[in-house]
Amino acid sequence: MKIVVCIKQVPATNDAKIDPKTKRIVRKGIKAILNPFDTYAVEEGVQLRDKFEGEVIALSMGPPKAKESLREAISVGVNRAILLSDRAFGGSDTWATSYVLAKAIEKIGDVNLVICGKQAIDGDTAQVGPGIAAHLDWLQATYIMAVEEISSSSIIVKRMHEDGYDICKMSLPAVITVVKDINTPRIPSLKGRLASRKCEIPVWKPDDIGADTSKIGLDGSPTKVVKIQPPPPRHTSTKKIEGSSTECAQALLRELRLRSIV
Amino acid sequence: MIAFTDTEKKEYRNIWVVAEILSGEIQPVTHELTGAARTLADLRKSEVWVVVMGSGIEGKPESLFAYGADVAIVVDNLGLSGFVDETETKIMKRLIVKYKPEVVICGATTRGRALMPRVAVMTNCGLTADCTGLSIDPENGDLLQTRPAFGGNIMATIRCSNHRPQMATVRPRVMKSPEPDPGRTGRIIKEEMLTSDTEKIKQIIDVFHSTETAVNLADAQIIISGGRGMKGPVGFNLLKQFAERVGGAAVGASRAAVDSGWIPYAHQVGQTGQTVQTKVYIACGISGQIQHLVGMQSCDLIIAIDKNPDTPMMQVADIAVVGDLFEIIPEIVREITNL
Repeated sequence: MKIVVCIKQVPATNDAKIDPKTKRIVRKGIKAILNPFDTYAVEEGVQLRDKFEGEVIALSMGPPKAKESLREAISVGVNRAILLSDRAFGGSDTWATSYVLAKAIEKIGDVNLVICGKQAIDGDTAQVGPGIAAHLDWLQATYIMAVEEISSSSIIVKRMHEDGYDICKMSLPAVITVVKDINTPRIPSLKGRLASRKCEIPVWKPDDIGADTSKIGLDGSPTKVVKIQPPPPRHTSTKKIEGSSTECAQALLRELRLRSIV
Repeated sequence: MIAFTDTEKKEYRNIWVVAEILSGEIQPVTHELTGAARTLADLRKSEVWVVVMGSGIEGKPESLFAYGADVAIVVDNLGLSGFVDETETKIMKRLIVKYKPEVVICGATTRGRALMPRVAVMTNCGLTADCTGLSIDPENGDLLQTRPAFGGNIMATIRCSNHRPQMATVRPRVMKSPEPDPGRTGRIIKEEMLTSDTEKIKQIIDVFHSTETAVNLADAQIIISGGRGMKGPVGFNLLKQFAERVGGAAVGASRAAVDSGWIPYAHQVGQTGQTVQTKVYIACGISGQIQHLVGMQSCDLIIAIDKNPDTPMMQVADIAVVGDLFEIIPEIVREITNL
């Protein structure tokens, strides 16, 4: 079994601010973390690898700094990691990003399963996982809560949806995206930490994966961001209700009734 | 990718909505999006078409005309009773090539967020996720798509000038559902599902409707949410009672409450749970860590109940009730029940 886990290094959201002059997101001095949903993808990859042998490879596209997140994946048991990093990749939207990742997965070769987190917490799009599947023309299943069964040729997964869940069987290779319910990520062991520090992480460029340069970066992205701005301010003040429990309950009831909520 | 010429772009007309069907019923998000599409189509002097894919849905698509649809493309097949991403993608691609819509919008539901990225890649189109605003650029007719990013800390406006159709997903309850006009009529176009559309290698073995996992927070008008301050599963029973007494309310939770095992993950609001944008959000005993706030700060009205007046949630709230929620909530529940 050969598994690829796609991960992303993201800024810790609470720090996301817009520079009032340049209107761009301030990235300087911002803490970067491994996208929380991806920690479940990594854990699932490692668990499946342990069950079936083979290898699990962490793959990321980003600046050189993104190696930190790949090392984090190695520290919890991923066999090896590859970084896709080049100026030409910069500005890629989800279409172009999933194209680059798909080309890298083709280059890795003989991959049975690709696991992604449900979405990244910076863009929140959830589009890259299905995008990879589409570029590869593989099957896909999203919002996975559990892998029920897996063999070298097929997988049975539990898919979360608004009305409950379904059990879906599909042939491999395939792409799945996972939610938090699927597992509890492990804490890195000492051995894992040492391994993550020592390992070499190869950096792949567009030429290495045979990417069509018209399909990557800003030029290869069908969507263009024309403007970013802060959201409209929420409110000017908080209305405070205090007093005895009965007073509080009555005052809150009045507010709810005023707005026809109850 | 090679950009479309203006002449090529002109071949693409009409605003499409991909209908959301659950258990054989057209979901409210489809009405909301049909209303939004109507506004866009009027600006573009074109039509609203709704694509309805499902099984045993005869007679249902006609209801969409009242919400502003001019045409419903209906694909009714037993093979569409469960959601098979690849089949629906192939159908969508075929219809897009055949009818050339200018814009395609779909609900940002678990299905929409799986289907549309696949369709977008297969048709070489741009797709913007979870839009909160859609408008038309008066200068060139492009669709302007506004969406939150970084957990709602910024709003981005996005366009896809060089390709057609322009695609977007929109969360349920973000657009207002129009008043239905029963007098409006439209045309039905029937399309077949082809054998080449079905992927025999994927099979939906079973579908479960589960109250454990079925928490349609996105569809709720009001969310009553609990955190560490609820002290345990019993506390959440209190919130469930409260929610039952209030029409259209669902129970949410903070990560702390979910990780303590007091309530299932499907209820979790916040960064690793669901992002919600309801009319009312009542936070009970939730301190309001940033990871929670980013998941709910776009709600219209935020009410917080907590003993501690100084928590981040109490600062964000429009109404902050300082007190013991184990006394305040039962009293409110009693009052509502006695009406």
